[in-house]
Amino acid sequence: MFENLQEKLQRAFKNLRGQGTITEENITEALVEIRLALLESDVNLNVVGTLIEHVREKALGTQVATALSPTEQVIKIVHDELVEILGRDTARFKFASQPPTVILMAGLQGSGKTTTSGKLAAWLKKGGHRPMLVSVDVYRPAARQQLEIVAKSISAQIYLGDLKGEPAGTPLVERLAREAKREAANFGCDVLIVDTAGRLGIDQPLMDEMASLKKLLNPSEILFVADAMTGQDAVNSADAFHKQLGITGVVLTKMDGDARGGAALSIRNVTGAPVKFIGTGEKPDAFEAFHPDRIVSRIMGMGDVATLLERA
Amino acid sequence: TRTRESLNSGIDSVLALTREVDTATLDELEAVLITSDIGVDTAQEIIATLRQRALREGIDGGPELKRLLKLELLKILNSVRSPVARAATPPEVIMMVGVNGTGKTTTSGKLAALFRAQHRTALLCAADTFRAAAIEQLEVWAQRSGVDIVKTKQGGDPSAALYDALNAGKARKVDVVIIDTAGRLHTKSGLMTELDKMRRTAAKVIPDAPHQTFLVMDATTGQNGMQQARLFTEAAQVTGIVLTKLDGTAKGGIVIAIARELGLPVVYCGIGEKMEDLIAFDADAFVDSLLGD
Ligand SMILES: Nc1nc2c(ncn2[C@@H]2O[C@H](COP(=O)(O)OP(=O)(O)OP(=O)(O)O)[C@@H](O)[C@H]2O)c(=O)[nH]1
Ligand SMILES: Nc1nc2c(ncn2[C@@H]2O[C@H](COP(=O)(O)OP(=O)(O)OP(=O)(O)O)[C@@H](O)[C@H]2O)c(=O)[nH]1
Ligand SMILES: [Mg+2]
Ligand SMILES: [Mg+2]
Repeated sequence: MFENLQEKLQRAFKNLRGQGTITEENITEALVEIRLALLESDVNLNVVGTLIEHVREKALGTQVATALSPTEQVIKIVHDELVEILGRDTARFKFASQPPTVILMAGLQGSGKTTTSGKLAAWLKKGGHRPMLVSVDVYRPAARQQLEIVAKSISAQIYLGDLKGEPAGTPLVERLAREAKREAANFGCDVLIVDTAGRLGIDQPLMDEMASLKKLLNPSEILFVADAMTGQDAVNSADAFHKQLGITGVVLTKMDGDARGGAALSIRNVTGAPVKFIGTGEKPDAFEAFHPDRIVSRIMGMGDVATLLERA
Repeated sequence: TRTRESLNSGIDSVLALTREVDTATLDELEAVLITSDIGVDTAQEIIATLRQRALREGIDGGPELKRLLKLELLKILNSVRSPVARAATPPEVIMMVGVNGTGKTTTSGKLAALFRAQHRTALLCAADTFRAAAIEQLEVWAQRSGVDIVKTKQGGDPSAALYDALNAGKARKVDVVIIDTAGRLHTKSGLMTELDKMRRTAAKVIPDAPHQTFLVMDATTGQNGMQQARLFTEAAQVTGIVLTKLDGTAKGGIVIAIARELGLPVVYCGIGEKMEDLIAFDADAFVDSLLGD
């Protein structure tokens, strides 16, 4: 669907004089193509703007390895810049010194929190942990049943709790969370994964509820679960969640589709929080550690950039 | 809303600064379009048309330019195929399709309630037999909206559930049958073929069914939305879009690009999680919100 960025850049350099080197003139045309490619990949407009300026400075300022053509040089600079933004650190998990470690899942409606809670539990189990799941989504129809079924399918512990006819609201959410933490300790579970209801960053009552959950549970990780198909709005929601909660990491879901996932760059840029995992399917094992290299190639709309540039 | 104000002040301050059609103003308007997810290509073409028209009509004031832009956007949104007319003989069959988590089940429930309010009888069909508790979720919506539901068990054949629902709909003489399907990524050919099988099953029970196929799209969707629209239209002959989660900060601009390229109309908008949070699409209000008015 998209023309390969490499082809576009080659065209940009071919059309201009002085193709042997990077000049003020030909870099400008190349940057237009890069800007387009990044926007088509859903990287936020402002983030693209800053990025393009960095790339221009670097391209004009540094003479990179001469084995590379100007096209390749620019690709390398863009690639490195994107990897730099995303961070080279991959999935690292913080565990509490005093178990249970609490992981709070947060995000917009339908982003994949419940599914990812199950995936995380399965991943932790594989790593020798004893996770316990709890859903404090007392709002969405059948949300708690959904997590119950997911937990059963991976044979993970779950704290169901008793709603006791209490109306849906923050007091009930807090009670379930408190009980679950106690239950996890009693059961000898070292990690408690708390699945929450989807909410908008501008929904103040529900964001306040999230803040009070944070205070109550003292989580080691607050994971922002985001859909890889998200467009320009990613910066707004990520910023709202980060400002009010201080997220510690990001999970990018639905990466098994053909979305470029430029939102990863936007979210990282506004929050500074690293992407830790990606979701690659609906089943509990469709879950991988995040590799910046791979998603950068994807955002740039190119094959394996790292391999292409190996001779650099 | 807060974003509406901030976007608005963004545009107005830009426009106030300029007294003629200069590149900077048009660039800023282009930026507003791009941040609404309309896509760079579409944004650039709209701005190019706007520039020409402004020059031709001698327009130099900011507010005038914004008015022209609004007209351009409305022209695109109004050039779509008109929504399909109701089925000649009931039941009318409506199938909800889309990628994972966009709001198909919720919208099915809201639609059932909407039809009930219009004094039409409705029946819900739980044809998502895959996702955990999808059936239970739709059952709650059936209860809320006061309509019957036809279902099978989790892991069952969605076409079988559909077959039962359409026969029940015919026997009970309901006006509308709403079919909730499992979320699926448009890139998964096996799952897309399943939709085709469901359509053929529907047509066997009721000629021309499904009469409407709604692609449920999340307003936060970026450029991938275009590919979703293309492939779902190919596999399931989408007749219209339901744009959900417009109560957030996302603008849903991709539907303009889709209208332009595929001629697909937006039929309804989701503006919250409650039963009454579904409204008929209003192009004028949509464009105002997109431009921050
Ligand atoms: N293809 C694919 N689908 C996914 C992935 N992660 C989640 N999903 C699907 O996305 C849909 C929504 O997932 P949920 O886990 O229910 O999302 P949620 O954030 O808990 O939703 P709410 O609780 O309603 O806010 C479901 O159909 C999931 O199966 C993924 O990595 N790939
Ligand atoms: N804020 C808001 N949330 C919505 C809207 N429509 C649906 N939702 C929420 O989005 C989430 C996903 O909705 P579902 O109806 O489960 O989506 P789905 O398309 O059926 O999901 P799958 O069947 O898993 O593919 C739920 O938390 C809904 O409450 C809307 O218009 N606004
Ligand atoms: Mg959930
Ligand atoms: Mg559903």
